[in-house]
Amino acid sequence: MIWSVAWRNIWRNKLRSAVIMMAIAIGIFASVFTWAFYRGMVDQRIQTAILTEASHIQVHHPDYLVNPDQKSRISGINHLVSGIDTLKGVKAVTKRILVNAMATSAETGSGVRIIGIDPDREKQVTNIYTKIKEGTYLEGGKRNPIVIGSELTEKLSVGLRTKVVLTLQAMDGTLTSGLFRVEGIYHTSNSAYDEMNVFVKYGDIAGLIGLDSLSGHEVAVLLADHGELGDITGKVRKQNPGLDTKTWKEIMPEVSMVEETMDISMYIFIGVVLVALIFGIINTMLMAILERVKELGMLMAVGMNKMRVFLMILLETVLLSFTGGIIGMLAGYFVTVLFYHKGINLSMFAEAYGKLGYETRVHPVPDLDIDLKVALMVLITGILAALYPAWKAIQLKPAEALHMDV
Amino acid sequence: MKVIEIKNLIKEYDDAEVKVKAINGVDLAIEEGEFTVIVGPSGSGKTTLLNLMGGLDKPTGGEININHTSIHDMSDSKLINFRLNNIGFVFQAYNLIPVLTARENIEFIMELQGRPRAERRKRSVELLEAVGLIERINSRPAKLSGGQQQRVAVARALASKPRFILADEPTANLDSASTQNLLDIMEALNHEEKMTFIFSTHDARVVRKAHRVITLEDGKIMSDVMQEHGEKQQ
Repeated sequence: MIWSVAWRNIWRNKLRSAVIMMAIAIGIFASVFTWAFYRGMVDQRIQTAILTEASHIQVHHPDYLVNPDQKSRISGINHLVSGIDTLKGVKAVTKRILVNAMATSAETGSGVRIIGIDPDREKQVTNIYTKIKEGTYLEGGKRNPIVIGSELTEKLSVGLRTKVVLTLQAMDGTLTSGLFRVEGIYHTSNSAYDEMNVFVKYGDIAGLIGLDSLSGHEVAVLLADHGELGDITGKVRKQNPGLDTKTWKEIMPEVSMVEETMDISMYIFIGVVLVALIFGIINTMLMAILERVKELGMLMAVGMNKMRVFLMILLETVLLSFTGGIIGMLAGYFVTVLFYHKGINLSMFAEAYGKLGYETRVHPVPDLDIDLKVALMVLITGILAALYPAWKAIQLKPAEALHMDV
Repeated sequence: MKVIEIKNLIKEYDDAEVKVKAINGVDLAIEEGEFTVIVGPSGSGKTTLLNLMGGLDKPTGGEININHTSIHDMSDSKLINFRLNNIGFVFQAYNLIPVLTARENIEFIMELQGRPRAERRKRSVELLEAVGLIERINSRPAKLSGGQQQRVAVARALASKPRFILADEPTANLDSASTQNLLDIMEALNHEEKMTFIFSTHDARVVRKAHRVITLEDGKIMSDVMQEHGEKQQ
């Protein structure tokens, strides 16, 4: 019956309880939705980082990432690709040539990174081919085709089928240049990436710089399951002890850091919200107790012991907090589900988000695990908020409380 | 058989650094089945004496024995349990839990005692019948008149099967008809079930019903008079 009494006591002052429940609900709604929003944003950034930019695992010559010199090449790269491809859990593998160059158009020039690819294999590893907004993805047998980003087309004032000259250092150290024709224009959510990276055929760039066809600079690996990253990275390292094998987290630490710090940031955010709510809850419960001093005195007089009185106040506070918390969580969950499909358009901030590599339409991710964590935090908040009012209640002396003027 | 035995009871309060003796050397014994009232002017110590007898307050000196158990030196936690199982209370106001129905208010005490649900249900119905409120079994206090609330409070006090019932000015807020009704019920319980009642009151109607009238003044018993059934004497 103590549960029933506690629950009914909450509704003795409906307006006051509704106000504090609404405050809790709004706080929890904001917390749940903000968490889901950032989870969506970060998940999309990670997806972009893996599927468009870095893949899950990359293998390089041990000196390449320290000093990206084209001479730091992997010999026998086809053999390496085949070896990794046999590992269980590997979805696709591709090889790349990476060279820094100067791209010039009839009007101007810009520094770029040339990525020499095998288009068929690359399609299985990255999704750049899905980002083509004009032209094709190095398809057909035309000589020296190039795919460039939309940002670069604006910078170089070029368009489809326009000529671009790439000037770069050959393997023997001499400067060389090649004429390429824009065959495709891609556009990702990362404007910095679009401005920097151009794609050409593996054989074309290898021939231009004088690199033998059995060598390359990078092997990119896509996994079937993101959760197997550590396990398969270990296997690749074991398989190729003389090479430098890194995960996307090591290659793009800034993206990895966002993922790792997001949860901590959200715990701090929710913690601040809940601490602010604690004071409101304590105030409400102290008012409720002050109004019921005589009644509490009567209850203790007739034989309700201090532990039961404490429990009753504790239950009232927890039920009050939890009801508000549940309303907030459900509202947060449903709004998240609504926007999960629809997405939230942040195109007004497109330039800023684009430079950081974030999508401008964010799809918040509903996460039951997060909701349960928030529920637990609300429960703890309710218990903490109950301690002082409940302690005040059990300090009452029945004989005095029964005759107290309040 | 003595239900309550009090010896040289003293209760002092600190009032502006001066000790005030609210109860000053009271000796008293209450026999089982008595219908006793404690009267006296305001500040004479009636409520203090009732609080001490009910274990709601602790004396500065002296002894209080209830059914041969001394409660004056009992710990707070033991006292709460002792009150629950031995003493019924009816207060002037704020007797009932507003969020519970008449039946639930009665059952609440029995639940605190750990009695089984079936027994609680049966006894709450019996008690509400005894106080003439069976038709209001599911009414909350706010839907009951002052007199009806006090009758539920009497039923609630009886629910724990106490040794005696302490009633602190139970008729103070009631009209004549309600007072008469409440007193008739208490008198009937006293006659039929030999329940011991001890009242503090200013109300002459209550005094007229009493078997014994104890007059308190300045914390001392000034008179202790046994009377034949009050109303027949008038």
